[in-house]
Amino acid sequence: MAKNKITTSKIIINLMFIIYALFCIVPLILVLSISVTDEMVIFQNGYSLIPAKFSLAAYKYVLSGSSTLLNAYIVTIIVTVVGTFCHLFISSMLAYSLSRKEVKYANVISFLVFFALLFNGGIVPQYILLTKYLHMKNTILVLIFPYLVSSVNIIIMKNFFKSTVPDSIVEAARIDGSGEFSTYLKIVLPISKPVLATIGLFVAVFYWNDWFTCSLYIEDNSLYVLQFLLQSIMNNIQYLQSNDMLQKSAASLPSESARMVTCILAIGPIILTYPFLQKYFVKGLTLGAVKE
Amino acid sequence: MKSNKKGSSFINEISKNKSFYGMMLPGMLFMLIVNYIPMFGLVIAFKEYNPVKGILASKWIGLKNFEFFFVSNSAFTVTFNTIFYNAIFIITGLGFALLFSVLLQETGSKMMSSTYKSLMFFPYLLSWVVGQYILFSLLSVDKGLINNILEFFGKEPVYWYAESRPWRFIIPLAYMWKNVGYFAVIFVAGVTGISSEYFEAAEIDGASKFQQITRITIPLIMPIVITLFLLQIGKIFYGAFGDWGMFYNLPMNSGPIFSTTDVIDTYVYRSLRLMNDFGMSSAVGFYQSIVGFILVVASNLMVKKYDPDSAMY
Repeated sequence: MAKNKITTSKIIINLMFIIYALFCIVPLILVLSISVTDEMVIFQNGYSLIPAKFSLAAYKYVLSGSSTLLNAYIVTIIVTVVGTFCHLFISSMLAYSLSRKEVKYANVISFLVFFALLFNGGIVPQYILLTKYLHMKNTILVLIFPYLVSSVNIIIMKNFFKSTVPDSIVEAARIDGSGEFSTYLKIVLPISKPVLATIGLFVAVFYWNDWFTCSLYIEDNSLYVLQFLLQSIMNNIQYLQSNDMLQKSAASLPSESARMVTCILAIGPIILTYPFLQKYFVKGLTLGAVKE
Repeated sequence: MKSNKKGSSFINEISKNKSFYGMMLPGMLFMLIVNYIPMFGLVIAFKEYNPVKGILASKWIGLKNFEFFFVSNSAFTVTFNTIFYNAIFIITGLGFALLFSVLLQETGSKMMSSTYKSLMFFPYLLSWVVGQYILFSLLSVDKGLINNILEFFGKEPVYWYAESRPWRFIIPLAYMWKNVGYFAVIFVAGVTGISSEYFEAAEIDGASKFQQITRITIPLIMPIVITLFLLQIGKIFYGAFGDWGMFYNLPMNSGPIFSTTDVIDTYVYRSLRLMNDFGMSSAVGFYQSIVGFILVVASNLMVKKYDPDSAMY
């Protein structure tokens, strides 16, 4: 099958992929381009793919001006790191225990885990539980708490442990006097790095991109996460534009480009870590693809 | 290990495997709090919820909350939109991804294929808030790229955030933009997992490329397609935890286009956040959970009939 001949069908296929890839990437380049365009040019010409007049004023403005953004960055990083770590730890312990044959109630509990995937109480009861009974409103904890376990991730991990952790190793460790928890910590986790890396990345991206929890539970703006801040900025500037009185003062600030700068800064970490993210995503997806 | 035959078998089992049950405990506790206790909270749907009195002391009002929702015009609109869009999402999303994953093997260059894959996959990592910014850059009435282009060709600018019709296309396109690359990457993982011996044998027997694709590749990755299909069905009515952010963020909460952009989730979210109507949003959430449950169970039954190995349970 090693024909290097360039055929018309190959050209058509490549052309199609080039068009699709542009469809995926060009809109992002537009945002990037707006962020480095001079504000006056935007007001005259609107948005364009190639900046007519290059300017970093908006970056200077955003980076020097507000501590809100820095603050949101810090909150988001804390939530993402702590959330991902705890999620992996709690879910993998549960998944590992469920994967062991000697645990008699594993089937019942597995079903309960699975059932939570099929049916849920919805957002309102959870909202009341977290705010009224657990008093989590306006705490950083509420941004992490609801997502510490996920049925899908537990099922994937359980299947991974079942297929990759040999009984013999666990039993050998047991004979050597290792407790179950230390076997899990010292033997099971190290050989499960691929699945942990992939699920960890999914969870991290989820926490990083979550605006919803913050919008429901956080009113204190020192606890805003990046995505929610981004969402609020969009709405605020709209508000400014619909008021003629305020339009002038809005024009003097690089508000149009500043908005896009914030957007670029919010996805910056994802762009920077993309090669790494992609590698593990693909690896883990291959794992998941092999029948759950 | 001592086994105590006098104790009940339950206590026996727990003490025998206490370290395993201990390791399960935190996860089960979180699941109890996050997933199971709220299920009992569904009674709110049948009550006039009063935050001061709490759930138990609030007055029972029967089906009033449901009535309020179903009598309104929104009930049909949001249910229709939810099903309409998700049906399109699943068909086009999985369909294009399947096509791409097969064609990615035929570009003639490994480097090109992996470049396409990287570019296609990237949007999956972005949030719908970022999606909102991107779409706004394209569709903004006075500055948006698309209106600029329309004006360049001497056409009238379109008020995108006030015209409902185009959103029937915008929403599916946005969905594709974000998800097709992700699905394609999963399918590619499946396709590359197929042993090359099958293709070699087929070639010797004189099978054309097209026959190889329809007879070998597609049947062999079908289980992955079905798994994703079931997961996507499950997500439709997954409530707040599903991927409905696009319906809230992309149309920027613009009233005139609700007829084509409002779905059950955005409806619940708005009645909770803006109107603080706990009873009705809980009733609508309940309705959503039930429909979702039925849909998942039904599609799983269908899959079971067609391919028992791929069914979820």
